[in-house]
Amino acid sequence: MYRNIISEEVSHRGYNGEDILAYYARPAGNGPFPGVVVLHHMPGWDEWSCEVARKFAHHGYAAAVPYLFHRFGPPEQMDDTIAKVRAGGGVPDAMTIGDAVGAAQFLKAQPNSTGKLGLIGFCSGGRQVVLVASNSKEFSAAVDCWGGRVVAPADTLTPAQPKAPIDMTADLHPPLLGIFGNEDQAPSPDQVNEHEAALKQAGKTYEFHRYDGAGHGFFAADRANYRPVQATDAWGKVWSWYDKYLK
Amino acid sequence: MCSWIVEKAQLSGSGKGANGWFELTEANVVYDHPYHAQLDHALCIDFVNPGQGLGARVAVELTVEGALELIKAIEMALDRGRHLHPDVATPRVEMLALK
Repeated sequence: MYRNIISEEVSHRGYNGEDILAYYARPAGNGPFPGVVVLHHMPGWDEWSCEVARKFAHHGYAAAVPYLFHRFGPPEQMDDTIAKVRAGGGVPDAMTIGDAVGAAQFLKAQPNSTGKLGLIGFCSGGRQVVLVASNSKEFSAAVDCWGGRVVAPADTLTPAQPKAPIDMTADLHPPLLGIFGNEDQAPSPDQVNEHEAALKQAGKTYEFHRYDGAGHGFFAADRANYRPVQATDAWGKVWSWYDKYLK
Repeated sequence: MCSWIVEKAQLSGSGKGANGWFELTEANVVYDHPYHAQLDHALCIDFVNPGQGLGARVAVELTVEGALELIKAIEMALDRGRHLHPDVATPRVEMLALK
């Protein structure tokens, strides 16, 4: 464990060459350390997302959380910004890919980087993990935590989000770990089954873990859906996954 | 925010937000994860005026039961208003009253 950690707000190059904010946490010292890009959930670049970055630092990873709503509003007005994002149909997928790859390149460019990178995301960020991991070869391991709309009917697709991530499975690059609650409806257990079948058919390396007694977002200790037993077990799966592929 | 169910209503009126009263132009009605309410999903309504910036917003996050009660209350109030003031009833009120 790394008890001496450093965390700060930085900016890095993102989609379309624009600079965006990111929260950057890493162990103190020269390392070298593998990196993890954390894609925040719909409640935004919030306290919990920053806690996740510090948790990765505590476990020996340099973590960057790009502020994916950067172009919609400032983090000081997070709830109003979220309202604008959802009213507009969400962050365009091309923008998310560009910002996530920018965060990866920021981590790789640090002098104490091993050059190996993981990707993790929660809620809408879980969907974005599958999206980014299918459109970039920057990452050596990916973790989707209860990403909704990986499976999406054609009539729910939009110009900003034109393709369901499940339909990108053939291009999925890194091994994928999935963490899901069986009481979740977005994604539902049937949708998780469908995603798993697609991964299997495409011959991809993956592990899915499904938890009884848990619904959506069961890692978040400040929400009613928090399930400490299931969350602790699932975090163990995350560490094993990254130890295997990033260290 | 994983169901992405968003419906929009164009409207006019006034709302009181963090910076005082402002003119409303639309409402975004969402069924998804709420920001503040301790619910898995909620019926969220943002009364907004996009032309006046992010802060021009009045937000509510309701339980499904609360949202259904609200619909009933709105319909009942409009119906009573239509009977009391039939000369000012709008087509929208007529439509609701016919349900």
